Amino acid sequence: MKLDRPDLTSSSSASMPSAHGAASAHGGHGALSGAALVPSLQPGISLNRKDFTSDQEVRWCPGCGDYAILATMQGFLPELGLRRENIVFVSGIGCSSRFPYYLDTYGLHSIHGRAPSIATGLVTARPDLSVWVITGDGDALSIGGNHLIHALRRNVNLTILLFNNEIYGLTKGQYSPTSRQGKVTKSSPLGSVDTPFNPVSLALGAEATFVARTMDSDRAHLSATLRAAAAHRGSALVEIYQNCPIFNDGAFEVLKDRTEAEARIFHLVDGEPVAAGDQVVVRDDMGHLRVVARDDADSDRIVIHDPSSEDTSLAFALSRLSESTLSHVPMGVFRKVNRPAYDDLVRAQVDAAVNQAGGPASDADLDALLAGRDTWIVGG
Amino acid sequence: MSKPVQQLDRVVIRFAGDSGDGMQLTGDRFTSDSAFHGNDLATLPNFPAEIRAPQGTLPGVSSFQLHFADHDVLTPGDEPDVLVAMNPAALKANLRDVPRGATIIVDTDEFSRRNLGKVGYAVSPLEDGTLESFHVHALPLTSMTVDALANYDLSRKDKERAKNMFALGLLSWLYTRPLEATEGFLRSKFATKPEILAANITALHAGVHYGETTEDFAHTYKIAPAVMAPGRYRNVTGNTALAYGLVAGAHQANLALLLGSYPITPASDILHVLSGLKRFGVTTVQAEDEIAGVGIALGASFGGALGVTTTSGPGLALKAETIGLAVSLELPLVVVDVQRGGPSTGLPTKTEQADLLQALFGRNGESPVPVIAPQSPVDCFDAAIEAVRIATAYRTPVILLSDGYLANGSEPWRLPHVDDLPDLTVDFATEPNGTDPDGKPVFHPYLRDPETLARAWAIPGTPGLEHRIGGIEKADVTGVISYDPDNHQRMTDLRDAKVKGIAATIPPIEVDDPTGDARVLVLGWGSTYGPIYAASRVVRRHGMSVARAHLRHLNPFPSNLGEVLRSYDRVIVPEMNLGQLAMLLRAAYLVDITSYTAVRGLPFTAGELADVITEAVLASNPARHSAATEAQK
Repeated sequence: MKLDRPDLTSSSSASMPSAHGAASAHGGHGALSGAALVPSLQPGISLNRKDFTSDQEVRWCPGCGDYAILATMQGFLPELGLRRENIVFVSGIGCSSRFPYYLDTYGLHSIHGRAPSIATGLVTARPDLSVWVITGDGDALSIGGNHLIHALRRNVNLTILLFNNEIYGLTKGQYSPTSRQGKVTKSSPLGSVDTPFNPVSLALGAEATFVARTMDSDRAHLSATLRAAAAHRGSALVEIYQNCPIFNDGAFEVLKDRTEAEARIFHLVDGEPVAAGDQVVVRDDMGHLRVVARDDADSDRIVIHDPSSEDTSLAFALSRLSESTLSHVPMGVFRKVNRPAYDDLVRAQVDAAVNQAGGPASDADLDALLAGRDTWIVGG
Repeated sequence: MSKPVQQLDRVVIRFAGDSGDGMQLTGDRFTSDSAFHGNDLATLPNFPAEIRAPQGTLPGVSSFQLHFADHDVLTPGDEPDVLVAMNPAALKANLRDVPRGATIIVDTDEFSRRNLGKVGYAVSPLEDGTLESFHVHALPLTSMTVDALANYDLSRKDKERAKNMFALGLLSWLYTRPLEATEGFLRSKFATKPEILAANITALHAGVHYGETTEDFAHTYKIAPAVMAPGRYRNVTGNTALAYGLVAGAHQANLALLLGSYPITPASDILHVLSGLKRFGVTTVQAEDEIAGVGIALGASFGGALGVTTTSGPGLALKAETIGLAVSLELPLVVVDVQRGGPSTGLPTKTEQADLLQALFGRNGESPVPVIAPQSPVDCFDAAIEAVRIATAYRTPVILLSDGYLANGSEPWRLPHVDDLPDLTVDFATEPNGTDPDGKPVFHPYLRDPETLARAWAIPGTPGLEHRIGGIEKADVTGVISYDPDNHQRMTDLRDAKVKGIAATIPPIEVDDPTGDARVLVLGWGSTYGPIYAASRVVRRHGMSVARAHLRHLNPFPSNLGEVLRSYDRVIVPEMNLGQLAMLLRAAYLVDITSYTAVRGLPFTAGELADVITEAVLASNPARHSAATEAQK
């Protein structure tokens, strides 16, 4: 028996509306959600955590932050209400990139740094899939930096989870592009001299339409962030602080202590002041952001979070509050704006061309293409 | 007033000028008009990598050679019968290729002291006897063009730019070519610029009128249409034919085509053509780099599309790791390498065949990849379809090795009928294909078809077949990660056997040996087909026997190849590299090979290969030496 081919060329398919068709069906009222074109489960059917758990033994080190992220993901996925077969996890290389093996969805464990490009091809060919990219700080920001920034600027409909543990784990402990300056590792015995990337700043600079930060151990915040990212149409980049207990243990420890966290984590909530404990973020005369005691703050100057602002400067300024000491760490959604997703635009052009020509190409259409405009006849 | 007409059987014309003089366009138009007239033909565009090198200098010279005839044409011609040189640089750069007695047409307006100085002519070669062995027509093409356009409201510069049309008109008159197609072309090209359009058409006709009235040309020439197989024809370049072949292959496989590609000379035209074929369901993604280009293609293949990437040698090097991933994932992928001179940036606009070993072996580990090569511009169409067939049927990356000569060269194409193309329909997996220890139905992504050894292609969206694959070694059948030593041996052997097994579906290599008594075989691959065939004809005309065969499949080889090689005293392999196929043949079959190689960025001439073959034939059979010498007298 032959499977009905996913209709990759035309918007005429009933089971898989094209981006084109679906966009017009929404009549332009707001943007599509991230999984708008992905088939849902039939009413009355729901899946649970076990349905998303593969039969493979999980092989991360004891205490690895990846376990918590995996458990949260397995708990979160049923919430999407999507068909399991229409979810795909694509990863690169590194500890985090083993993630797809442990989820009973479709999965592709690719090569170092290249997951965003492979996922771009997949989602451009298949609007009916919910495609997740799992990557790490070395995979996404070092060897794969080029693919990451281009996926973000194009706004490909992907949810990219960047597990940031500030170290190379799988190669056993060399400094990474997010390792703090001075970090002593196997390959930097006198301390790393590299200036690290701030992944959120980088993503904002790369024209990302959705940028968020969360943490492996905060299940509720991680779930909420995944929810927001999955709902976003276009590239959603989520930086997840993740502990590597073997090579960089405790990198984010101060954020895990309740009292410390209260003073350091500035929760980004749409329409709320950007604050942590008794501190708030204010804008000074020069327009720069500063952290001051709430009691000292001029209420007009307190920064109210607005992730939907088209202007990236506030989100960028917030991303710069993070310091190597982790004294001020904004967490949550920095930016969430609507911009057409790359793959929707690409498909719309193809759909329009196919529709304008009256439907998928026939043999006769192809014969006409081959002949072109200038032909001549030889013989009878 | 008409002049006497002389009948010729073949002519080779080379148009040469500055990069900005429109020589490629002039050549293209003369080609189309000749094709329309019914001549068989072959072309060789030759241009610098720089878009506009300094005007009037040797590095800025661009040329277009066209060989047209009343019989079948195999090469763009060894030597031009006519050289059109639009400036001193074009004359100087091309003169050494022009045989004595040939015709040279120059634009004297450009032979100023300054322009002569730019290329090191102290005295004009038009005056110092340099050209005394040629038929020279020294004509003020530029000023005649400007004069013809006196009534047009255009700048002098714009008027001068129409001089290529004047030259085209003159040559069209000289060789009795029709002008209608070129006029139509100009009308569509300059549809929004009526003044420029009118000026170009006027310049074209002014060239014709000049030919008719001047006493410089005593007669015109006629080259009768070639006897060609009946059918409908068009002219086509290799890159266009290749792009159409990919579309046709996807159409026959009932798959959507998705191209991931980064611009690179001389492959970019395939991207250009495919990006204009959205109506055929073709999606093109211009990637951020070569690696992303192949990654995008592979991702699309994982999703059930036909993933294609196009590149040239440096890009193939960058794609190596992803091609290795495709070998491991066992997914279809078509990788087109339009070879150019290397290493490194090399000669971007010149041709070479030096990526053969890279295509076969340029990856880590044992990673066998089928490799095929087209033999002519038209053959790029069929070779692309064959690449799609192998990629989809065997779930493997396939490398298609075209080259710069095929890419930009053109020839008449007897149009195929889509009805006659092979059916390449592929079935995706839809059902579990195994059971787990408890008897529950499961999907084994690496369970293979017993005949082809291809694994099941189960695409996301198919319920019940959820699975994970990756570049880590997988267990046979189940596809789960496996570090087991015996399993790695087995999987390596299976991947190897799968690619070797393709030989069962490719035709045996055919030998062309009209007399049946040849002791010397000339074996080629790729774009050397034309020069080798033409050289063999020359040798045979001199009474000698030579056998000729051409390889399309470079991996795996046709199964009868060893037997064929061993049945000749001597095997000559001409290649535009330093002997890569020769090395493969020696290793695979333990036969001696006479390797003849050149890497000059240009195709072989039939003449040089005829000399090589003649020498080998004489050496292999001294008794024939005297007979052959007699025949040559």
